[in-house]
Amino acid sequence: MTALLLAQSAGLAHIFGHAYMRNAFLAGTAIAVAVGLIGFFVVLRSQVFTGDALGHVAVTGAAAALAIGVDARLGLFVGTIAIGMAMAVLGRQGQADDVVIGSVFAWILGLGALFLTLFTRSRSAGNGNAGVSVLFGSIFGISSANARVAVAVAAVVVVGVVLIARPLLFASVDSAVAAARGVPVRALGVLFLALVGACAAEATQAVGALLLLGLLAGPAGAAARLTARPYRALWISAALAVAAVWGGLTLSYLAPRVPPSFAILALTSAFYLAAFVAGRPRRTGSRAAM
Amino acid sequence: MALAADAHLSWNLAEDMRQLFAFHFMVNAYRAGTIVAVVAAVVGWFMVLRRQAFAGHTLALVGFPGAAGATWLGVSALWGFFGFCLAAALCIAGLRPADGHGYSEESAGIGVVQAFALACGFLFVSLYHGFLNGVNSLLFGSFLGVTDNQVVVLLIVGAGVLAAVAGMARPLLFASLDPDVAAARGVPVRRLSVLFLVLLGVTVAGVSQITGSLLVFALLVMPPATAQLLTPRPALALVVATAISVVVTWLALAVAYFFPPSPIGFFLTTFAFAGYVGAAAFRRASDRRRSLAAAA
Repeated sequence: MTALLLAQSAGLAHIFGHAYMRNAFLAGTAIAVAVGLIGFFVVLRSQVFTGDALGHVAVTGAAAALAIGVDARLGLFVGTIAIGMAMAVLGRQGQADDVVIGSVFAWILGLGALFLTLFTRSRSAGNGNAGVSVLFGSIFGISSANARVAVAVAAVVVVGVVLIARPLLFASVDSAVAAARGVPVRALGVLFLALVGACAAEATQAVGALLLLGLLAGPAGAAARLTARPYRALWISAALAVAAVWGGLTLSYLAPRVPPSFAILALTSAFYLAAFVAGRPRRTGSRAAM
Repeated sequence: MALAADAHLSWNLAEDMRQLFAFHFMVNAYRAGTIVAVVAAVVGWFMVLRRQAFAGHTLALVGFPGAAGATWLGVSALWGFFGFCLAAALCIAGLRPADGHGYSEESAGIGVVQAFALACGFLFVSLYHGFLNGVNSLLFGSFLGVTDNQVVVLLIVGAGVLAAVAGMARPLLFASLDPDVAAARGVPVRRLSVLFLVLLGVTVAGVSQITGSLLVFALLVMPPATAQLLTPRPALALVVATAISVVVTWLALAVAYFFPPSPIGFFLTTFAFAGYVGAAAFRRASDRRRSLAAAA
C-alpha cells in the first residue's frame, strides 16, 4: 500500500519501475488480446449469456479448488473448460438454450457459495480475501511466474482462434449452409466454447469472475457497432480490450483508491457507450459495403 | 437425511416446527421468503416465456452495487436495491432495438451493463473498508437479518407487482408469444416490454434481499422452467411454478436453520435444480411413452 502511495507521488514516469506493474501490464495485455478476439465471436454467435455463465462457473471452480486446498487456477481451468464443452455438447447446434443455461449455472453458483463458505471457515480470517479476489480479480497481485503462464495460455487461445477464424465465421453467420459445405459446425461449436472457457479462466485472474463479462462483451459489442466487416471488427475488438486494460492499469496506478478491475471495466463500458452513440444505427445497407 | 448431524432436529415434526419458529427472526425469514417466492415465480414465469433470462440475471446482479453503495453512503440498503435495479431496467429497455431484432448486440449491451454495475459494487466495497463479510451475504444471501420493517416493505412491493402483472397479464402474454401479431392488433408491445423490465427490476430488488444478488436468478428461472416442462397451459403453469417456488424456499430455510454453517443460497438452488432435473426426466419419459403409444 505504501508502495502504491509512493508510486503516485513519483508520477507516471516510474510506472514500469515496479515489478508488480510490469507483471500486471504483461499479463493484462496478453489476456486482453485473447479475450478481445474471443469476445468478437461470442457476440457474433449470440453467446454472451453463455460467457456470463462461464464467468460464474469460474467462481465455483476456483472456490472448489480453494476448499480442497489445490491451486485455484487448476479449478478455474478445469471448471470453465469442462462446463463450456458440456454446454456446447448438450445444446442444439452447439448452442444451449437460455433457460437451461440459467438453471444449470444458478445451481453451480449455489455450489460455489457452499465452497466459499467452507473455505472461509476452514482458514483464518486473514485469508478471507481470497474469495473476494476470485470474484473481482487482483491483477496487481500477479507474480512474474503467473504472468508468464498467462502469456502462454493467451498465446494458445489466440493461435486457436486465428486457426479456426474462417470456418467459425462461416458457421456462425450461416450454420446451415456451412454444414452443407462440409464445415464441422458442431465440432467447431464445442472447440470454440472450450476456448471461451480457457479465456474465462484467464480473465478471472485479471478482472475477476464477475467482471470478465465486461471485457468479453464490451470491446466486441463496440466493434460490432463500429464496422460491419468481420475481420476489421475482430482486430478492433482486441485493440479496444488492450486499450481498456492499459488505461485501467494506468488510472488505478495514478489513483490507488480506485481498484484496477473497476478502472478497466469503466473504460470498456465507456467504449461501448461511445460506440453505441456514434456507431452505425442499422446493420442493413452497410452490409453491401463489404 | 443426516439427522444425527444436529441435535436440534428430531423425529417429532411438531417439536421441529416449534423450534423452527421459536425465534422471531425465523418467523420473519418465513414471511419474507414466502412473499419473495410467490412474486419471483409469477414474474419469472413471464421472464422465461419472453426469453429474457439474461436481462433478469443482469437486473438481479445490479442489486449488489446498489446495496454496497447505500452502505457506503450510510443510507438504508433498501434504497440502493430499488434505485439501482430500476435504473438498470430502464438502461436495458433503452438498449433494446425498436424493431425487436438484433438480439446479439442487445445482449452485448446487457453484458456491459452487468459487468459495469458489478465493477461499481466492487468500487463501493473497496471505498468502504471492512465490509468484506458483507460482500458474501450480499452476493450469496442471508435470511438472518430480515426486520419487521423489511417484511412490510416486501409485502407492499409484492402486492404492487402482482397487481400490475394481473392487470397486464393478457396483453403481456399476447405480446410475449407473438409480438408482430400483437402489435398489428394494437397492443402497445414496446411499452409493455419496458413496463415488464421495470417490474422485473422491482421484483429482483425485493428478492435479492433474501437470496443475495447472485442467487435471485435461481428463484426467477428454475420454478417457472420446471412448471413449463410439466404443463403447457399458462394458468396451470403459473400455479405450479408458484407452488414449487414456495415449497423450495420453505425447505431451504428449514434446512439452513438446522445446519447452520451452510449458506441458504446453496440449499435454495440445489432443491430448485433437483426439481428441474426431475421434471425434465419426467417429461422425457412421458414423451417417450406417448411416441411409443402413437407408434403402436
